[in-house]
Amino acid sequence: MTPLLEIKNAVKTIYNDDDNLNILNNINLTIKPKDFVVVLGTNGAGKSTLLDAITGTNELTSGKILLNGKDITDENLAKRSRHISRVYQDPKSGTAPRMTVAENLLLAKRRGLPRRLHLRHLKENMPEFKELISNLPTLDNRLNTFTEKLSGGQRQTLSFLMAIIQKPELLLLDEHTAALDPQTSKDLMELTNKVILEKELTCMMITHDLSDAMKYGNRLLVLKKGQIILDLNKTEKDKLKEKDLLQYF
Amino acid sequence: MNLIVSTISQGFIWSIMAIGLFITFRILDFPDMTVEGSFPLGAVTAVSLIQAGHSTLFSLLIAFVFGCLAGFATAFLYAKLNVPILLAGILTMTAMYSINLRILGKANMSLTKPNNIFNQFGLDKLPTNFNGIVLGVIVITVIIFLLIIFLNTEKGQAVIATGDNETMAASLGINTTVMKFIGLMVSNGIVALTGGLIAQQNGFADVNMGIGVIVIGLSAIIIGEVIYPDVPLSVRLITIVIGSIVYRLILMIVLQLGFNTNDLKLISAIILALCLALPTIREQFLKTMRNGVKTK
Repeated sequence: MTPLLEIKNAVKTIYNDDDNLNILNNINLTIKPKDFVVVLGTNGAGKSTLLDAITGTNELTSGKILLNGKDITDENLAKRSRHISRVYQDPKSGTAPRMTVAENLLLAKRRGLPRRLHLRHLKENMPEFKELISNLPTLDNRLNTFTEKLSGGQRQTLSFLMAIIQKPELLLLDEHTAALDPQTSKDLMELTNKVILEKELTCMMITHDLSDAMKYGNRLLVLKKGQIILDLNKTEKDKLKEKDLLQYF
Repeated sequence: MNLIVSTISQGFIWSIMAIGLFITFRILDFPDMTVEGSFPLGAVTAVSLIQAGHSTLFSLLIAFVFGCLAGFATAFLYAKLNVPILLAGILTMTAMYSINLRILGKANMSLTKPNNIFNQFGLDKLPTNFNGIVLGVIVITVIIFLLIIFLNTEKGQAVIATGDNETMAASLGINTTVMKFIGLMVSNGIVALTGGLIAQQNGFADVNMGIGVIVIGLSAIIIGEVIYPDVPLSVRLITIVIGSIVYRLILMIVLQLGFNTNDLKLISAIILALCLALPTIREQFLKTMRNGVKTK
């Protein structure tokens, strides 16, 4: 089976006058389709930089990134967004505040496609959007609400829906529940897991929550100082206890 | 009565400029100083072309195109060369001064040709100053209609998204650089078109006539927002027209009270400052009132 994502010898260096720092230090990683990879690591371990490199937000200093066997290292953010979607930690990062929930969803529905001089057909898409939020009490009847009026949890749920409304080949979740209260975080995490399994998405999820790391996903990575220091499959992961993970921090 | 009609007429015409400014100030969410250069650019272009024997409509079309080019220059500095937007606008505005002088050949020029857009197409048959109102309403209707259509296209939505949250827009594959070019070009095109209209209404063009236009445009936008907060984007465009008329009426009242016309720009700035501070003043007032009630 062709790997969905291959990262080969990825290095990201920050050049300082007195000291150069490798944020990513020769990372090699292969992710198969339908993998749900949970990524752990201390602050500054290189987790978000790795996602930045995958989405094209931040270029690698050296190394290659292949998606479905195709080298995308030199493709820009817009081109990669056709295949890759991302949810950020900050609920404000993923939505347009002065646009309604429905308008945000419509924007996301054309993720990666050229924006034409055609009318946007909001009304025609409303039934689909209603269906999408029908089982989400927090967003029910909120399609015409301006996003700036939503709570952090509602906005982050919307960000997540925007990321999956057009099935991405790769879904990247960058601590997407970290800024939420415990209950909202739990609800969103359960929704995330349900959608990933139902839609058979391939996903990389960064988290600092060890219990979430143990509970979700079929693979566990731990990053430290820009290197992968632990890579466990589902069976290996299941044998692990939460407290065992602490030694890697 | 004639004074009020004249003031309303000015409010309508100047609101076109404010609508142009709205594209950058509210939709793209940054202040664009280019307008102080593109406004006189439109004026000098229109007057030069009319004086050279071209039609008034053609002169306005070229004024619009030149305004778009001024917007392009700022967009290039800002979106391609990463010059901060405020500085990019100031650079273009400064450069426009020399370009405007080149176009006009001197610092100011009167329209000596008998025809201008305000006395053509039957507008001359209207009572005094009503030609400005009728022309203003026609131009505003066309511009607002086209803008609403554009903003409801996929591209228009992408422009709004770029101003609203650039990180999100980029992650959805929207080319935010192109959207900034579109916004700045259309905005300055409309502002230059207004410059062309005002020059024809006043009967002259002056390279210095752009000084302070950003304050006039912002006042119209802010007054509209203060009077009608929380309205959809399409309605907001109409509130700018109302804001512009109210602003002109306030100025007229102030001048009628005996203030010196030399203080016009100072008064304009004070009106804008008051409008900008109004939400904070209102909030503080309500807070004081609530605390007062609690104490009692």
